[in-house]
Amino acid sequence: MDLKDLYRDVIVDHNRSPRNFRKIDPPRRVAEGFNPLCGDKLHVYLRMDGDVIEDISFEGSGCAISVASASLMTEMLKGKTAAEAIDLFSRMHSLLTEGDVEQPDVASLGKLAALSGVREFPTRVKCATLCWHTMKNAVEGADEAAKTE
Amino acid sequence: MKEALDITTTGTAGAARPDFAALRRDFPILEQRVHGHPLVYLDNAASAQRPRQVIDAVTRYYERDHANVHRGVHTLSQRATEAYEGARVKVASFVNAASEREIVWTRGTTEAINLVAQAWARPRLGPGDRILITHMEHHSNIVPWQFVCEQTGAELVVAPIDRRGQLELDALEAMLDERVKLVGVVHVSNALGTINPVARIVELAHSRDIPVLVDGAQALPHVPVDVQAIGCDFYAFSGHKMYAPTGIGALWARTAILEEMPPWQGGGEMIKMVRFDRTEFNELPYKFEAGTPNIAGAVGLGAAVDYLSAIGMDAIHARDDELLAAATAALGDIPGLRIIGTAEHKSSVISFVLDGIHPHDIGTIIDLEGIALRTGHHCAQPVMDFFGVAATARASFAFYNTEDEIDRLVAGLHRVREVLG
Repeated sequence: MDLKDLYRDVIVDHNRSPRNFRKIDPPRRVAEGFNPLCGDKLHVYLRMDGDVIEDISFEGSGCAISVASASLMTEMLKGKTAAEAIDLFSRMHSLLTEGDVEQPDVASLGKLAALSGVREFPTRVKCATLCWHTMKNAVEGADEAAKTE
Repeated sequence: MKEALDITTTGTAGAARPDFAALRRDFPILEQRVHGHPLVYLDNAASAQRPRQVIDAVTRYYERDHANVHRGVHTLSQRATEAYEGARVKVASFVNAASEREIVWTRGTTEAINLVAQAWARPRLGPGDRILITHMEHHSNIVPWQFVCEQTGAELVVAPIDRRGQLELDALEAMLDERVKLVGVVHVSNALGTINPVARIVELAHSRDIPVLVDGAQALPHVPVDVQAIGCDFYAFSGHKMYAPTGIGALWARTAILEEMPPWQGGGEMIKMVRFDRTEFNELPYKFEAGTPNIAGAVGLGAAVDYLSAIGMDAIHARDDELLAAATAALGDIPGLRIIGTAEHKSSVISFVLDGIHPHDIGTIIDLEGIALRTGHHCAQPVMDFFGVAATARASFAFYNTEDEIDRLVAGLHRVREVLG
């Protein structure tokens, strides 16, 4: 295993300067994610315009993987519809947990593909998925705090 | 045990210093490479490793002596019973219990505390009563009391700690009023390394007739423990932190207290006589040991106690201090590193954070250098909240760790900085 598979330049960059790391005031929707393993907490804020994600942001403390994953996620989802966001959630979930994702699918994920190395580090998969679960809850309007699987 | 006995020291003045480099070779697991580097195991506070003497004792038990205990008249059952009860005598003597009847086997510290919570506290407590714990407790000395409070209407109150991670004794003393029915305190903090003045706390509590439970999970592997000198009423500990197998531990309590307590779990072993209309319970300590016990675990714990006694706990404590001083100094030189828990009296547990780098990233990167650190909240979330961190990295040492390994740790932490920039 090589560290550079996990901490790729994109990830190091997004950890150092996370994008959309702020509250949306007032948010239309907010969801909380909690990783009981490390005690990390994360909030995802959403403002929808009809079915379209007009603005999305996050706040919280976390490791480089969780911060970069959330940062990349917010960048990617702005302007997408709720259905597209849920679809991306499924594809990211496959990428991070299943490992047999087809090359074209990985390519279609753009910068998010940088997170594919996380799969090789089972103890860190939850770090990357937490923000996605939280986003899904926010989009679907669930009240409960998101948990990782 | 011969190997260990050859290098024995009593720990008294002038005694030879144990050859710790030779002792390290008793631990087969340490002789491996992880990700291409010699393993540096610094997660001893989570679970220590086992010397060959303990592994062999367990293997020998399974290969030669195993049968159920206290049951049969056949030879193996007698041998198993002797090994199992022999271990109880060793453990009793190791903590200086007045009698081996005061050692109740449990799965570990957590179960021992739950036993006291359910069999001692629950029948006694009611609304208006209080259980006093401290801000530095492990979850295992918090949650069982929350259960009891819910069940009885009693209230859980918490004595404060200071910024160095030391108990505020004056504040604790001021909280000891007639409402407090039990004090629960950790001997050595797993998250901060703080060694608490447990004998003094017992003195304060007993002067007001309040019994004290001490969570000794982290203490037994590092410092000499004498339950009678501490004077407490309950002392809970785990085998796996003190070089013995997992799934075995014990509750020590005074005979008089144990006799007053009703049984906790019902089943075989804990009974003297069973009819459908009434059951007579067994004598101490069996009344608290329902079901076939972890016999091999107890045998392993007995072997671990032999092993530690042969080295001498004073010598181990002295080595602990050396490693703590060396590691504290070395880590102190790393820019942006902050040690969480700087008590005057400390064991070799060093929790720390690195500016701008999450502990989990430290843990993953340094693992690829072959170094095992614990990262997270260490089952002590209130401690993390107090210091305003979600998690820390923690290096915790055992007598088999070396100064070279401290250098490896420092180099590993520099590597973490390099990777994350």
